[in-house]
Amino acid sequence: VSTETMETLEAFRGRARDWLAANMPLRERDLDWGHIENEEDAWQRARELQHKLHEGGFAGVSYPRAYGGQGLTAEHQKVFTEESMAYDMPLLLNVPTFSICAPTIMDFGTEEQKRRYLPALLRGDEVWVQFLSEPRGGSDLAGCTTRATRDGDVYVLNGSKTWSSGAYAADYALCLARTNWDVPKHSGLTMLIVKVHQPGIDIRRIKQVNGASEFCEEFFDDVLVPAEDVLGEENQGWAVASRQLYHERTAVGGGSPYTSGRRMGGETAGIDLVAVARATGQVDDAHVRELVAEAHVLDQVQEQLIARVSDAIRTGQLPQTAASLLRLFSATTNESKHDIALEIAGAAAVTTPLVGVNTAQAGLDYLMRQGGSLGGGSSEMSRNLISERFLDMPREPAADRDIPFNQVKQGTAGVRR
Amino acid sequence: VQLHLDPDQMLFRDTVRKFLSKEMPVARVREIADDPAGFDREWWRRGAEMGWTAFLVPEDQGGGSVSGRGLVDLAIAAEEMGREVSPGPLVPTNVVAAALAEAAPDGRFDEALERLVAGDAVASWCVYEPPGGWSPETPGVEIAEKDGGFVLNGVKDRVEAGNVADLLLVTALGPDGVVQLLVDATASGVDVRPMDSVDTIRRYAQITFSDVRVPATALVNDAEASAAAIQRQLDIAVALQCAETVGAISRVFEFTMQWAFDRYSFGRPLASYQALKHRFADMRVWLEACAATAAGAADAVQARSARAAEAVSVAKSYIGDKAPAIVQDCVQMHGGIGVTWEHDIHLYLRRVIVNRAMFGTPNEHRLRLASLLGVGDEETTK
Repeated sequence: VSTETMETLEAFRGRARDWLAANMPLRERDLDWGHIENEEDAWQRARELQHKLHEGGFAGVSYPRAYGGQGLTAEHQKVFTEESMAYDMPLLLNVPTFSICAPTIMDFGTEEQKRRYLPALLRGDEVWVQFLSEPRGGSDLAGCTTRATRDGDVYVLNGSKTWSSGAYAADYALCLARTNWDVPKHSGLTMLIVKVHQPGIDIRRIKQVNGASEFCEEFFDDVLVPAEDVLGEENQGWAVASRQLYHERTAVGGGSPYTSGRRMGGETAGIDLVAVARATGQVDDAHVRELVAEAHVLDQVQEQLIARVSDAIRTGQLPQTAASLLRLFSATTNESKHDIALEIAGAAAVTTPLVGVNTAQAGLDYLMRQGGSLGGGSSEMSRNLISERFLDMPREPAADRDIPFNQVKQGTAGVRR
Repeated sequence: VQLHLDPDQMLFRDTVRKFLSKEMPVARVREIADDPAGFDREWWRRGAEMGWTAFLVPEDQGGGSVSGRGLVDLAIAAEEMGREVSPGPLVPTNVVAAALAEAAPDGRFDEALERLVAGDAVASWCVYEPPGGWSPETPGVEIAEKDGGFVLNGVKDRVEAGNVADLLLVTALGPDGVVQLLVDATASGVDVRPMDSVDTIRRYAQITFSDVRVPATALVNDAEASAAAIQRQLDIAVALQCAETVGAISRVFEFTMQWAFDRYSFGRPLASYQALKHRFADMRVWLEACAATAAGAADAVQARSARAAEAVSVAKSYIGDKAPAIVQDCVQMHGGIGVTWEHDIHLYLRRVIVNRAMFGTPNEHRLRLASLLGVGDEETTK
């Protein structure tokens, strides 16, 4: 699309504003996984809302038209997000479907795969999930031991995956599996497109400390995957996974150009600190006022940092590895905000009052304080990436480098059958 | 701190950087620690020729900028000066110049502005009083009207460049409320005493006003205008201060990284230890966040955004906390050499903790933010 025919941001904003007001329901409250009562309904609703966006011509704003998007820019998407703040949006589809899986399909898919999968997911017809982490470990992703054995026209998949958010509600997965055990670990991996609900896949939901059970683990028992459902090349799966992880860090850090609507777990999600301060009669307390302001500072600086680093990566002033800066900032900021909420709530964090603001939410949310520092790559992995890939500091020694994978020592902890 | 500079701004940045590294490298900065004035007037005039004193003054009042966005241009100079822990009264002179220009578009302070812009005169922004914190809206310095002019009494301290200033912008309490006056530092009854400060480069003074007579024409902002004017001055001062701090911590981070690569123990560079790599990663995140929020503050103040005060307090709150943390971590990375007089890092540490403290501490800015956000009783907020 040439610049002559591209809709201006102002015109687009006006059109988006009018359409949203006429078509989308206002949101009643913030959506955060700790607080959702019925997860299946939430997924169904997300699909319906995405249908609406698609009919209205606002699905996949920055995706190419050829693949079901609107062919506009990341700036248009940003404008749409700004306009959408008051409305109920299909936020569940942002991560990983729109911001991780779809861009990876864009990067590595064949023309046929792109035409098959991208329009369907942008319509809200198909939801995607990542089958990456395994029970044996999350950080050492390339040490994956899920096995895909070629047998004629199919791969036979065996093994298990975990921490796949919303797998029970998903249609397709990007699944990293080992296809060659006789070469060093990065050289024997293949990324498969796997239908989630099919014979041989057993999905179990993982109950978390806050009661939510959004994450799943999957067990593969002779699952048959058509040989053509490889994303990228056979044994070149690490290149695909690396790109996927880049999209993930960008998405989790808040800098993805493909998400639509506000960030979950961002400024508006979680507990309303001012309401808690009011409910506990501390709104004039200088220390509490400072804490409320401090949380606001963190939110504001995070927005400024996301805008700056995204812009810098787009314009080449920073390398793509700078996305890890956003990832780490997001994680540590989250921790600080949980601490602030707990401190403001004080003893009111212990119990749910029979009437009024649920101050116990501060205590319940705190149980998941480390969640943001674990999901999407741990903070420690972010620090490794920043120091080694962005600051070019020496790499950590690795005992499995350049060694055929079948000779690499495997531990026993966390391995399940 | 800005991500995108236009070609003229890049040229300006490079010119300032070259000028400082040639004329005022850190080695030279260390020498002038013993100089009573703290900087060389002729050097300051040359800086003024580059525009260091002109950017917040409109063209029709003798000023001008590089890009048409004077505060953003000035932040470029401030950042570069931070990188070299440069001397020079950049913040006070510019805050006062902006105050005079904004209060008197009619030109009644054009003569003073001309001297400031040319670098012939230096101005101090007198807003602190012993022994308190940041509360310029409740000054103890008082003025009374007399013979068609004013009489000024009281004490200001922590007056940056007060030891050499020619012009003093003084916040004082008059019969109708808080006002700001431009006082000639040589006027009878003005007693300037240098104060020892943590920053060996930047000079502060206590200034006592004893029955100082000033003409009616010295009134810069009357009781009606002063509150908004002081807030605007604060926003300018903090935006520049934050840019300067970002320059300082960027430089410290750079030479500490270099040290980590060059220093070996147990047969390997410090940079290869994961415990240290992770701390560098954290610092690098904080550094980028400091730059992002400093840029946000400069943009908002430049645009006179309705949210300028908020952006300024966000930036100061964050940078004020993180900058000393970064420099102290870098001291730790250096080992014992980091706490010696010989190493330059203490010059930077001095600068960032002075910047942290002045014009509102992070805590004071968080309270200001809480008020801006409407959190708290009106009676208890300022």
